[in-house]
Amino acid sequence: MMFNLLKRREFTLFILILVLLLAVSLRSPNFFQLGNLYYILNDTAILVMVAVGQLMVIVTGGIDLSVASGIALTGMSVGMLNQYYPNIPIIVILLISLAIGFILGSFNGLLVSLVKIPPIITTLGTMSIYRGFVFVLSKGEWVSAHEMSAAFRELPRGTLFGMTNLLCCALVVLVIFTIFLHLTKTGREIYGVGGNKVAAQYVGINIKKIQYLAFALSGVIVGLSGLFWVARYASAQNETALGFELQTIAACVIGGVSIMGGSGTVLGAILGAIFLGIVNNALTIINLSPFYQMAIQGFVIIAAIVANTVVDRRNQLAMLRTRTF
Amino acid sequence: MGKEGMLQRTQTPSKERIPLSLKLLDILMKWEVILLFIFIIVIIVNSNLSPYFLDTFNIFNTTFNFMEKAMIALPMIFVIICGDIDISVAGIIALASLFMGMASSVGAGTVPIVLIGLGTGLAAGSLNGFLITRFGIPAIAVTIGSMSLFRGIAYAVLGDQAYTKYPESFAYFGQGYLGNTTIPFELVLFVFLTVIFGLLLHRTTFGRKVFAIGNNSTAAAFSGVPVNRIRLIVFTLTGLMSGVASILLTSRIGSTRPNIASGWELEIITTVVLGGVAITGGKGNIFGVIIGIFLIGFLKFGMGLINVPGKVMNIVIGFLLIIAIMLPGYIGNLKGRFLLRSSI
Repeated sequence: MMFNLLKRREFTLFILILVLLLAVSLRSPNFFQLGNLYYILNDTAILVMVAVGQLMVIVTGGIDLSVASGIALTGMSVGMLNQYYPNIPIIVILLISLAIGFILGSFNGLLVSLVKIPPIITTLGTMSIYRGFVFVLSKGEWVSAHEMSAAFRELPRGTLFGMTNLLCCALVVLVIFTIFLHLTKTGREIYGVGGNKVAAQYVGINIKKIQYLAFALSGVIVGLSGLFWVARYASAQNETALGFELQTIAACVIGGVSIMGGSGTVLGAILGAIFLGIVNNALTIINLSPFYQMAIQGFVIIAAIVANTVVDRRNQLAMLRTRTF
Repeated sequence: MGKEGMLQRTQTPSKERIPLSLKLLDILMKWEVILLFIFIIVIIVNSNLSPYFLDTFNIFNTTFNFMEKAMIALPMIFVIICGDIDISVAGIIALASLFMGMASSVGAGTVPIVLIGLGTGLAAGSLNGFLITRFGIPAIAVTIGSMSLFRGIAYAVLGDQAYTKYPESFAYFGQGYLGNTTIPFELVLFVFLTVIFGLLLHRTTFGRKVFAIGNNSTAAAFSGVPVNRIRLIVFTLTGLMSGVASILLTSRIGSTRPNIASGWELEIITTVVLGGVAITGGKGNIFGVIIGIFLIGFLKFGMGLINVPGKVMNIVIGFLLIIAIMLPGYIGNLKGRFLLRSSI
């Protein structure tokens, strides 16, 4: 039992996160405080949510490169809506953002499942398209803090049960998707499609439906994140979340999600995202220039996947050995 | 003579069975022919929209805007036919440009700068190839990481600074023309390299092996193709060509900033896929990609002439990519239905 736990990748990653936290706090003793950790979690909440959506798509054997553009487009749409109609209640805006995300995700999903365009090509295309529409919508203008209503800006900051709304929202999303992916029939089918498409077809899984569903649900998370992103940073720009798609994929890869599909857990993606979040935040705390962030992130991604592969191979060898002797 | 006769004999029976109209449809619906049609339409529309489009000087000069991307598209054909992908190419451009800028700032001449650019590309590409083949990690995972790493190093060193001092003779690579003509050096280099890469892909055993790996890497390995060595070479080659592109781009804009060439990887992959190379590997040819390169380049040039903003161009390119992938499937369906009807 204990041995199995040690072999779990999520556990290794958890230990790594603790080591990282300790290492940073050696450099800067006041890092290891509850307030600081809370701040990091709050700062990583959006990444965690989108990474879980990305996980779902990757598990089906796809990839979603359009998440960052989707965040920008949803964010700009609701930001401008709030700018011109400040009296629309925030709950309606929330629903609208979910709907926009759903539509964007569905477009990806339909192209992948019905038109049968490979996911990487589909989302490469929609990444440009969605980002382009941000510009068309805004004509290059920003929506700045003073153009947003107070309720809009307060959305991610307000507290519920002693946590920020953003964290609460992320927690709800995570619980829902953990249950959905790991405890429901449809969740199992998602893994089935990614593991072996032919076999999945033979056992009667509707592959088209599953592929569509993964992209559409990932889109819903993207929509929600778009609203929170723009409200949290109190500005909607054309460059919102530029390059963010790679961070979400990186979080999954670090969390041990197989990029070929079929394996990976929600917990892994969450831990991967938190790991990235700590790395990003630690830099400013130990007084390293934020310009180092990208290089360290790249190094961490490569180190994580190499480590994962080596551990995997050793486990497989160990399994072979126990079988033969 | 004898060989030709044999070829004809084997082809005659099948020739009679397929109706002429279908054969015509087959030729017309070849990917390269469709691309060529779109390309001609773009040229006609553009020259009607703006009187400045069909000007030889303009046409030659606009190639400056996409030749560097085209340089990387060439080896990217090999990568994608292998069934892999490399999204670190723009990162390599930034890294190579950084080292060239460093060398230049301590007073290196043009030759060492160029060598450093090529060397950086070679080293970065072989690092990718090593990680992918030695550990058996999917290329997309490795190159996502190395993309951040390479560009990240440029950010870490430069921050918000830039290298802007380059020797005067260095400017020739990206700004020079061939002798007294209006033909850019970049275009000449591209034509030369296209011939080399075309021969390598379609006329050598190396090219055949690349196709074999993309079609079925397990079968290729069992037939004695050194799969990992070939992939390593392909990734190293891509790195080297990114180095070449970095030299040209740095020379053309005369400065190194960490955000140099950002987002290029996706445009390059779009070009290659639009050129008819299957993203799943094993299929593609160099002619389609060449048409794809000029199609996107002239499309953007034409849109620029009528003042379409860059972001809107990206919408067009995005839709073009999706439609480009959609069409062959529908044409296949159409052909199937046609065959069915003619057989009844």
